[in-house]
Amino acid sequence: MAHLFLRTGPFTVHVETSCEEVIDGVTLLYDPACVLRRPAFCDYHVQIWQPPLRRHFRPQAVFLFDGHAPFLPGPRRHASPMLEWGMNWVIATTAHQFLIVHAAVVERNGLALVLPAPPGSGKSTLCAGLVFRGWRLLSDELALLAPGTGQIIPLVRPISLKNESIDVIRRFAPGATIGPATMGSTKGTIALVKPPSASIAAIDEPATPRWIAFPRFQSGAALELTPRSKARTFVELGESAMNYNILGETGFNVMSDLIERCDIGDFVYSNLDEAVSFFTRIADEAIPFAEAGS
Amino acid sequence: MSLPLLLREPGRITRLTLEEWDDVIPQARSSGILSRLATLAQADKDYWELPEPPRRHMEADQLLAAKHRRDVLYELDRIYEVVGGVLGTIVLLKGAAYLAADLPASEGRTFNDIDILVPEDRLGAVESLLQLAGWRTGEIHPYDDTFYRRWMHQIPPLTHGGRRTTIDVHHSLVPRTARVGAVTAAHLMGRIRRLPDRPGFAVLAPEDMVLHSATHLFNEGEFGRGLRDLTDLDLLLSHFGNAGFWGFWPRLVHRAEGVGLTRPLFYALRYCARLLGTAVPIEVEESVSRFRPPWPILRAMDFAFARALAPDHKSCRDGWTEPALFALYVRSHYLRMPLHLLVPHLVRKATRREAYHSAEASA
Repeated sequence: MAHLFLRTGPFTVHVETSCEEVIDGVTLLYDPACVLRRPAFCDYHVQIWQPPLRRHFRPQAVFLFDGHAPFLPGPRRHASPMLEWGMNWVIATTAHQFLIVHAAVVERNGLALVLPAPPGSGKSTLCAGLVFRGWRLLSDELALLAPGTGQIIPLVRPISLKNESIDVIRRFAPGATIGPATMGSTKGTIALVKPPSASIAAIDEPATPRWIAFPRFQSGAALELTPRSKARTFVELGESAMNYNILGETGFNVMSDLIERCDIGDFVYSNLDEAVSFFTRIADEAIPFAEAGS
Repeated sequence: MSLPLLLREPGRITRLTLEEWDDVIPQARSSGILSRLATLAQADKDYWELPEPPRRHMEADQLLAAKHRRDVLYELDRIYEVVGGVLGTIVLLKGAAYLAADLPASEGRTFNDIDILVPEDRLGAVESLLQLAGWRTGEIHPYDDTFYRRWMHQIPPLTHGGRRTTIDVHHSLVPRTARVGAVTAAHLMGRIRRLPDRPGFAVLAPEDMVLHSATHLFNEGEFGRGLRDLTDLDLLLSHFGNAGFWGFWPRLVHRAEGVGLTRPLFYALRYCARLLGTAVPIEVEESVSRFRPPWPILRAMDFAFARALAPDHKSCRDGWTEPALFALYVRSHYLRMPLHLLVPHLVRKATRREAYHSAEASA
């Protein structure tokens, strides 16, 4: 039985596992600075377990939080991504000190770009593209907004890529460390990417939200950024926030503040290089979305 | 550090070390009493000196409890719109009752279901009205549906299609077939307490409320929230036993005898006092001691409940936890109905499960 203590931004997670896939995954994808000795207090205690009856015949793994399984067991080859999904679930259902929005977040010059989107939209691909061209990763999946300051708190963990985007990133960033591609989950083929070390080094530095772009990858489409209404964004982000209802009035205030201070647009792209230089130019030359166009 | 000890002596909470918090937070979370622990801790002037990480977890859970509170209060108004007319007064049970009556037992309690008590002759009308307003019986096997309606103390749970909130409509506190106790709505309605601050709503009389909570915990076989339910009882007993409810204790004992729920009352007082240090007057303790089971059974019960009422967390389990929980589960079925109904029921359930598994395997 192995005990791993992971530092993932504001949370320390104790992972207990007998699955080699998980140990190998952590060794490959987590920076040594994020793998701790046993701390006095861990925010979460999770386990990835092998149901004993299925050790040889179609082996399985199951994720447990405080000894309870929130999901059904999955194939053991998914044990490593299962740890990431499980941690997302645990954080989203308990960390109500933050407003948690389902979005990737990257930062440049202290300002954060929020990429909210449903799965399959190319959010993680764009996020990975940006962080391998000088942007800093804050989170690939959950944007943690701190009430009070309205800042986004980094939750730096491996980026989860699906299907074709795995090869896209392999070509785009040949130096990136990418875990084994595991096939055949309901989400398709999955591979996890190790965050760049610069993002790890700044894991304690929050960023101020400045832009919200709803990305959509569309094969063959010309790059286009269309400004969108703040009211419509409010409704959509409210729906994609995990705990907007739980935070009540605080949630409303944090969300209004976020939307108030951001430039917002719908972003369509087909070429990752183009998309990355487009946002880098916006950030470096402080171009408003309305003038960025395409 | 044991969680019941902290509940009994809340002064210890602010003196916990980080290493102790590392056990206490998961235990409290999986027992469903993290926000209740927060309420206790915040009563201490040293609360702000607590280390930040455990404080964050407790406060986050309090936000969740506050959300449940808002949701339940909102839902009560919706329910009143639908069935207020046919019922006149809606009698709330369990968590919703504690909340609507603003009892200490509602502090930091997280729950989703709303339980109401309806006279049997209004069951049909209430169910139809709720269904028309969007509450539906989920997917339920026809056998289970019949089973609920014929033998149980409630109709199948109704869930609202849009808001996903669930109402349990009860017509009695114990199953129709229960070996002990006879507490139908008819026995309770004459004694309900209307809530001046919430017109249209009422709760059970204090002694009935305690007996319901005790019966629910000690005669049913689910202990995932056992410790939470025991703290409910502790808070109810302390509140009614102290604050201006003159004659509460003798009425409680008398009522338990009247409706045949003396054994659950005995267990409630015993384990509240033992585990949570609830103050039970000595003459009440003596008076309920005649309700205790023969000593071999009592020893077995002490053994089993010590495990069932511990925090639902691996650090609080031993090799006997599973057998004890299983024995209590079997006992709950035994209490629920006579053997000539129970045996066919369990056989039916067991064979159906097999059918379900084989369907899954072939799918």
